[in-house]
Amino acid sequence: MAVKKLVQDLRVINNKRLNERHFLLELLAPEPLPAMFPGQFAQVRVEDSPDTFLRRPFSIHSANKENNSFQLFIQIKGAGTRSLSRLRQGDKLNVIYPLGNSFSLPTSDDALLIGGGCGIAPLLFLAQFFHRNNIHSTILLGFRTKQDIAGTEEYVKYGNLLLTTDDGSEGEKGLVTGHSIFQKENFGFRYIYCCGPEQMMKTVAHFAAIHQVNCEVSLENMMACGFGVCLCCVTPTDKGNERVCIEGPVFNTKRLKWI
Amino acid sequence: MVDLSINIAGLQFKNPVATASGTFGNGEEFLDFVSPDRLGGIFVKAVTGENRDGNAYPRMAETPSGMLNSVGLQNKGVDFFCREIYPRIKHFTTNIIVNVSGSTIEEYVEVAEKINELDQIPAIELNISCPNVRQGGMAFGVVPSVSMKVTSEVRKVYKKVLMVKLSPNVTNICDSAQAVVDGGADVITLINTLLGMAIDAERQRPVLATITGGLSGPAIKPVALRMVYQVYKSVSVPIIGLGGIMNATDAIEFILAGASAVQVGTANFIDPTISIKIIDGIKNYMERHKISSVKDFVGALKI
Repeated sequence: MAVKKLVQDLRVINNKRLNERHFLLELLAPEPLPAMFPGQFAQVRVEDSPDTFLRRPFSIHSANKENNSFQLFIQIKGAGTRSLSRLRQGDKLNVIYPLGNSFSLPTSDDALLIGGGCGIAPLLFLAQFFHRNNIHSTILLGFRTKQDIAGTEEYVKYGNLLLTTDDGSEGEKGLVTGHSIFQKENFGFRYIYCCGPEQMMKTVAHFAAIHQVNCEVSLENMMACGFGVCLCCVTPTDKGNERVCIEGPVFNTKRLKWI
Repeated sequence: MVDLSINIAGLQFKNPVATASGTFGNGEEFLDFVSPDRLGGIFVKAVTGENRDGNAYPRMAETPSGMLNSVGLQNKGVDFFCREIYPRIKHFTTNIIVNVSGSTIEEYVEVAEKINELDQIPAIELNISCPNVRQGGMAFGVVPSVSMKVTSEVRKVYKKVLMVKLSPNVTNICDSAQAVVDGGADVITLINTLLGMAIDAERQRPVLATITGGLSGPAIKPVALRMVYQVYKSVSVPIIGLGGIMNATDAIEFILAGASAVQVGTANFIDPTISIKIIDGIKNYMERHKISSVKDFVGALKI
């Protein structure tokens, strides 16, 4: 990744509330966007309180080169995300981006993308990227309940969308990892891309190992800086402790001490 | 025209702003944000005798106006530093000061001896907040006689500027300061992090894998300022102050308290360009107050 990291004041051009817990921030850069790839993230400064001292990291949800804008898909969890949910059009936001590595292109012409919770955030960017590279995506997203479903209208433009809800109010009932796609006699995918709660990713990684399927996940370790110096966000790999913000957030699951 | 330069124990700093160990990598990691050549100095990440993998994750917790860390001195060891990192950074035209850490006095001495051989490294900063494995894990910096011993053993092998970074987790910071001066320190840097803890109430567990960790950020500034002030009055070696500096005003407060220079640490995570803004802010302050040279306002606090 030789692209220069930027520290920039961006303008909020849209803050779209999707449901009670999710919103979409669209941010305008003051200059042409740098090259950005799915899997990468941004470190966002939330300035109003002693309780939001550190930046908050969010995956790039989509990027629009013509507009010099990109989107963040955010789930409200605590003081920082609550504050960001109140941003208005025209507000300024200081962001460090683009950070981290990215998902790799499959060598097959199709792929399975799996997301749960706020882990779905990078998968739209990934589906758009695959679409541009003539790779067909099957996108499997899991939510708690029908009211929790957010942002899915966009995904159908880039692939085949499958849903699960814990309570069965939409799509298949149960966890993402229980979807019928995993029970098929012939699980056809050679490449899986997964982002969500750690337990979900571990279950998918295990499945991938058994079926000898290539699997990449995006990790969400707590980080102070986001650009490689604090050494707080490390995860153990086959090469020792690696930084989720530099050598990640995307890792091939073969390399993690999971299986 | 103000002169931002200052001479500290024979070492010339082009300005009184340096970056703290563990917050700026080796300087290379910040090249997209800051040109290292603009800084008065860079205190590089701690170097130990052997490779250390560091502590288990989670290694950090956000706290009000600060953060806890327990990274555990992850680094690839002194030989790797000399062979791989040093050649890449030695051309920076700033003072590159190596933070030396260890678990035994022998380890500190070994690292100091090897760093002594590097021509472009004018100083080391002895990190005595490390747990002493021979004394049940109690930090070297907590007992003055031990602080003096480790300083004097390193002094025997290290021929250039010896800085010692004090731990604030002591009863009397002036006793610590005097001990390292007696051991041969040329400069004192203070403070290191304060020992703290965070708990996740919902999971009913500590947040950090090591349970406790080091607190840094604006929350510790009043403690750091007080200690700089006290040490300045009690020893005659120059002081470099750090602890919660987020902007130029903070830095100036440390200088007024008695620091000849400052280190900016945790603030780099929030704004990676902050060190440059602080240099510019100090210059602006000096122009407004008609101070022509930094040494003119070191310790100028009016009591």
